[in-house]
Amino acid sequence: MSEVLEVTCIVCPVGCPIEVELRQGVVFDVRGHECKRGKEYALDEVFSPVRTLTTTVRVQGGILPLVPVRTERPIPKGSIHKVLEELAKLRIDAPVEYHQVILDNLDICGVRVIAGRTLPAGVPPERARDKSV
Amino acid sequence: MRKIECDVAVVGGGPAGLAAAERAKDAGAARVFVIDRDRELGGILQQCIHNGFGLQLFKEDLTGPEYAHRFIDSACLKGVEVLLNSMVLEVTPSRTLYVISRDQGMLEITAKAVVLAMGCRERNRGAVTIPGTRPAGIFTAGTAQRFVNMEGFIPGKRIVVLGSGDVGLIMERRLTWEGAKIEAILEIMPYPSGLIRNVAQCAKDNGIPLYLCHTVSRIYGAKRLEGVQAVKVDEKGMRLPGTEWDIPCDTLLLSVGLIPENELTRVSGAKLDPVTGGPIVSDDMQTSLSGVFSCGNVVHVHDLVDNVTQESWKAGECAARFAATGQRDGPVLRIRAGDGVRYVVPQMVRASSLRTQETTLYFRVTDTRRDTLIEVLLDDKVIWQAKKQIVRPQEMVSLTLEPRPHLQPMTGDKVCVRLSHRKGDEDI
Repeated sequence: MSEVLEVTCIVCPVGCPIEVELRQGVVFDVRGHECKRGKEYALDEVFSPVRTLTTTVRVQGGILPLVPVRTERPIPKGSIHKVLEELAKLRIDAPVEYHQVILDNLDICGVRVIAGRTLPAGVPPERARDKSV
Repeated sequence: MRKIECDVAVVGGGPAGLAAAERAKDAGAARVFVIDRDRELGGILQQCIHNGFGLQLFKEDLTGPEYAHRFIDSACLKGVEVLLNSMVLEVTPSRTLYVISRDQGMLEITAKAVVLAMGCRERNRGAVTIPGTRPAGIFTAGTAQRFVNMEGFIPGKRIVVLGSGDVGLIMERRLTWEGAKIEAILEIMPYPSGLIRNVAQCAKDNGIPLYLCHTVSRIYGAKRLEGVQAVKVDEKGMRLPGTEWDIPCDTLLLSVGLIPENELTRVSGAKLDPVTGGPIVSDDMQTSLSGVFSCGNVVHVHDLVDNVTQESWKAGECAARFAATGQRDGPVLRIRAGDGVRYVVPQMVRASSLRTQETTLYFRVTDTRRDTLIEVLLDDKVIWQAKKQIVRPQEMVSLTLEPRPHLQPMTGDKVCVRLSHRKGDEDI
């Protein structure tokens, strides 16, 4: 029995349409990819899909109320919501350093969550303006 | 009024301005200024917290703030001077900038070379004309992105997105993760306008319905948006009566395209290209005004910041050279968009460049074509060609021409980029 799964590659912006053909559940052919990474992605996508999670975490005492964060490596697609819930509970203090570890050893997938920018301590500009009035 | 003299003045501290400034320094310009109206450098990258930046240029998967961080660090290390909270009001043809700064008041900056890197802005409700009331709850996708990713607000809970541009697609995933429900994406064209990968990982991953050939025909609600009317359109974009249905929602996001922000360019007197909406540039990224260069989304809207960086490095390097010599190279040939090609940037190329250096041309196609051949013609003779499996109007194509030392001297309207059939495909 043959089955063809269609995967749109997201490794780069070319977005190759890749077909993975399975016969008796075993990979028979992968086609449509323009590079090696596309083939790897398509196979991962069929058997164990992963995504890099990017979101924000609340910050206290910073020039902005949020800092962007990311998982250091891609994590299983199925664990995204669990990680989002963990991160939603966090409140971290400014200043935040570039690539500071925000969440260590995620038990769900063993990946760290790191900050994507520096965030100095200070007052958000809107509030600074309110005070001066 | 304080007066400053410098070698290169860069207007805009986003990815284009930062790359141009850093490279101008590398190329020997002593005093390089970056002027930005925001309170920090990085431009729109700071609100693009998703990953996928830098894959082509650095072979790394960076987020927007990470990509910005890299360039901010590098520019500061190299001694680029920065003016924040400062708005450039005017650029004169003799390269004097009038700037209003929150800290320093009015400034007059005279530069040996100027780089215009103001980026682009979003089209809004006025640009797409939707009939109905004018309630709160209608945002551009980029405004929503800033609220959600930097300011900490959610614009609404039940959201309809008009247009399938990249920012809209990315915000759909983001808002879904933050607990909002995306009711529908309506796209007027028969294909998504964002990158295929964003349709896959944003809309498909989260089960958001994408309606192609659809648009919003009415807005409901007095104070706050209460719903929109969706309608099907034909291939010409005309609404089909009888296909309307209502979608209750509290928020409408518009992801309907970007426009280069060229008010300063226009005032400076540099010539604009009506197709791109940006200045006409030569392959050194110089505009029609000598010593005034331009790069990034203010020239033409890019899909990838990687391409912006490469284009801006070129602009920075050439601006530094102009600052040192005051010389403009010539002669230049006009590059024309031939069959299947909507526009080509740069619009001009120096004959000497074609002979002595690699020349990268960026272009967009008019329609989707498979198994096509890209051809570059000089004097109606094909000098370069490449096969391409697929080209799509929403994805910029780039091609790099290797130097041709033996090309004869030439002038006039003689370079053309066009799409052609692959040999053997004609009779299918």
